[in-house]
Amino acid sequence: MTTDVGLGEPQLVTIAADEDVVRVRQLVRTVAVAAKLSLVDQTKLVTAASELARNTLVYGGGGGAEVTVVDSGRRKGIRIVFADDGPGIADLDLALTDGYTTGGGLGLGLSGARRLVDEFDIDTAAGRGTRITVTKWAR
Amino acid sequence: MGLTAAEGERIAALLDTQADKLTASWTDAVAAPLRGRLTRAELQRQVQDLHRAIVEALRAGAFDLTDERSADLRATLVELSRGRARQGFTASETAVTVFGLKQALFDVVDVRGGDAQVLADLLAVGQVIDDLGLFTFETYAKAREGLIADQAEQLLELATPVVKLWEGVVAIPLVGTLDSARAQVVMERLLETLVETGSPYAIIDITGVPAVDTQVAQHILKTVVAARLMGAECIISGIRPQIAQTIVALGIEFGDIATKATLADALRHALRLIEATRKARSN
Repeated sequence: MTTDVGLGEPQLVTIAADEDVVRVRQLVRTVAVAAKLSLVDQTKLVTAASELARNTLVYGGGGGAEVTVVDSGRRKGIRIVFADDGPGIADLDLALTDGYTTGGGLGLGLSGARRLVDEFDIDTAAGRGTRITVTKWAR
Repeated sequence: MGLTAAEGERIAALLDTQADKLTASWTDAVAAPLRGRLTRAELQRQVQDLHRAIVEALRAGAFDLTDERSADLRATLVELSRGRARQGFTASETAVTVFGLKQALFDVVDVRGGDAQVLADLLAVGQVIDDLGLFTFETYAKAREGLIADQAEQLLELATPVVKLWEGVVAIPLVGTLDSARAQVVMERLLETLVETGSPYAIIDITGVPAVDTQVAQHILKTVVAARLMGAECIISGIRPQIAQTIVALGIEFGDIATKATLADALRHALRLIEATRKARSN
């Protein structure tokens, strides 16, 4: 696992199997530690990444995660982009409702991940795949 | 692979006429990169086996690795690459065993003689060796994957011990990633131990779980419900501050399940409950 966290150099992980979710988690943790996020923020970001990576795998049919260290000028942060070419989300409001699931989970992954990060952007439509960008800033 | 019968016969003859010199030179070519990690005698035996298998496959008719007449040769290559994979050799150290034949051929066969027929045959045999090498490589990769799968399974077994902490209290310390496969093992182990020991209390300790996401939480919740169905109560311990905050942000509810920060707290809690039950009975 690389510990190199050069600013703006995205690190890519392909998500195609359960083990890849673990790899995403490990990469995000390594990067979060190197970017000096607090332990709570590390854990929150790793957990959010775990949820979104699993969504990419289970609902998107696989895709990729791109982890980048970003700098707002005042502070450092980590941006992760999860992208898949799956069926997309037809009703985004419903998907973001706590407890709503189509896959037998707790229905908290997507909505919970949004609460775990500082910035959350989702770009999706039925039949167009899903692209979720999350950012967590170091305090 | 496309060797004609005539080519096959000529190459077999080429390999066979100076067999001793060829295998000796081949063994040398293989021994160098392995740097004494296998004895020369062992290498020599492997090379001779391989040599014999190749010559026999060539003699058997038009040569093709997928052909059933090459079954012996395939078996020899599979055995070789599996052995190398188990002994921890790298892929190139494995492939060199096959590619060493090329080097040996150039050493033994008189290339400078300029016989066009010999050169053409050498080219053809080069193709054959490449195919053998690729096959070895694939088998090696498969063998490694098999090893990794085996180890993952062993790890699954290793990482989920259920320990008896006290009379009536068992604990299962979870370490690492709790994926579906491990969660299943954990649940089975815990339920079995509950029956074996007749314990009314089980502590699930998640100190060693680095992140609790919804999947992990769901696995834990299911285990707790299953234990309840069997009449046992679960306590979840090892909830560190960062995990607690993450669980709250995610919106996971543990409901009426007792949760504690440390294993010691959980044990104290269980003992108090046992004590309370005992008192209630004696009254």
